[in-house]
Amino acid sequence: MNPAPATCIRIERLGKTFRGQSTPTLQAIDLAVAEGEFVALVGASGCGKSTLLRLIAGLEAPSEGQVCLDDRPVQGPGCDRAVVFQDYSLYPWLNVLENVRFCRSLRAHTRDASESEVNSAVERAYALLELMGLDEVRTRYPNQLSGGMRQRVAIARALMAQPRVLLMDEPFGALDAQTREVMHELILRLFEIERSTIVFVTHDVEEAVYLADRVVVLAPQPGRIDSIHPVALPPPGARHPDLKLAADFLHQKKIVLDRIRATSGVQRDLDKLSRLAELSRRDRRPDTKPTAGNH
Amino acid sequence: MAADPLWSIRGTLGGARYLAIAGVGFASLLGGWWLLAGSGLVDPVFLPTPTAVARRLLGWYADGSLFADIKISIGRVLGGFGLAVLMAVPLGIYIGSFRPVQAFFEPLMEFARYLPAVAFVPLVLLWVGIGEGAKITLIWIGTFFQMVLMVSDNIRQVPMAQIEAAQTLGANRGEVVSLVVFKSALPGIVDTLRVTLGWAWTYLVVAELVAANSGIGYAILRAQRFLQTDKIFVGILLIGLLGLLMDQSFRLLHRRAFPWLHLR
Repeated sequence: MNPAPATCIRIERLGKTFRGQSTPTLQAIDLAVAEGEFVALVGASGCGKSTLLRLIAGLEAPSEGQVCLDDRPVQGPGCDRAVVFQDYSLYPWLNVLENVRFCRSLRAHTRDASESEVNSAVERAYALLELMGLDEVRTRYPNQLSGGMRQRVAIARALMAQPRVLLMDEPFGALDAQTREVMHELILRLFEIERSTIVFVTHDVEEAVYLADRVVVLAPQPGRIDSIHPVALPPPGARHPDLKLAADFLHQKKIVLDRIRATSGVQRDLDKLSRLAELSRRDRRPDTKPTAGNH
Repeated sequence: MAADPLWSIRGTLGGARYLAIAGVGFASLLGGWWLLAGSGLVDPVFLPTPTAVARRLLGWYADGSLFADIKISIGRVLGGFGLAVLMAVPLGIYIGSFRPVQAFFEPLMEFARYLPAVAFVPLVLLWVGIGEGAKITLIWIGTFFQMVLMVSDNIRQVPMAQIEAAQTLGANRGEVVSLVVFKSALPGIVDTLRVTLGWAWTYLVVAELVAANSGIGYAILRAQRFLQTDKIFVGILLIGLLGLLMDQSFRLLHRRAFPWLHLR
């Protein structure tokens, strides 16, 4: 470990109960995310991982506890915590470049901007387009792009605001497996260059273990932290897709998967299924005997 | 030709063939009318022949009042409709964006849109007299309430992810409404206006039938007194044609103003 990096996000006794629901969606969440850390949130559906992300983003208000960014409590959404959503968040009436530059049309970013800042913002937009491989499509509109391209635009748009934290809510959930693989490499390269702090929600355990420094497993009903798994993998720049087939990687993936199964009731369902299979085997046995006796 | 996409469900049809089939549709209407009127089975008072209608149109044009009538009718439609747009679009944006505004206005509008606009005619005459104001007010009553509800619905259909993305990029409330919500809903709003413009024509005729001394609707009313069925036909066809023209210009505007919607 490096000499104790500063804490970026601190979550203290955080709870969220939506109106009209008896069980809290989230209960007593304590978590600290360090500066420059990549944290993945995983868990069975309904464990509140997306809600946790939305609370960090300030898109939901906590029922109890608080989220602090650099020791200041989060009061609402702000440009220090940009979010990449799963889909439908690009502006279809703007082309790729205009989408990426969207935050430059907001007062929060132009209020006190000097000329050199404006110029460096223009350069940054083009640098991001190049980094994300969007150079050639910068005059296209979102509905002319593939799903993977669209998510790249969404990521570039979020990074354009130079957020303290990048929050990603199942950003690749709607992509096919091959595109997703490419996006993983892109994210790792980006993480290496930008050194941003990233909180990443996914239902794909492999994705979580491959990308993150730490994987947080959430358990449902009420949503709570089940376990936290530091990932021991080469640094982001040295990772390669083949790693996903290595024994050590599979072992780490299995530990996380087992925790999710244990907390989600999947194990219970699997046990029930194997009992059913056992029963039907036993039922069939008397039928098979007479046919065997005919020989 | 088993693989012909022409008759498959939601199949494809080229622009030229579409136009040809649409032409056949109009031609069969005209042809059926001609046959029926020309057969002598129907009294021309009930159903004039197309030639009689065309002659009447030329006569209307010759006495110089055709374009004056069309102009005044279009002016009334645009006046009442324009007034409704100016009021309904901003109000609809507020209703669709802010819940308290919605709570205040939406039930009122839902109530008001069931009030029969035609029944307001005597009140309108009482309140604003029989001048141009009466026609414009009646068209406004007929379109405004529906328009407000439809625009607020357009606004509510803006995906939440678009709004939240702007918020997390640092947009304030005003910026979210003007830079995201309005822009995102605009194609839907233009479609709403196209649909409500059709209703404006309906109420124009009502207004001109009741209290007017000019316009296409008034011409129809006068023709009724003299049993000039052919002139009634001309008036009805004219209104249909003008409505179709305005509808098509809205479609053209849609394609020009929102090229990104029509790209693939």
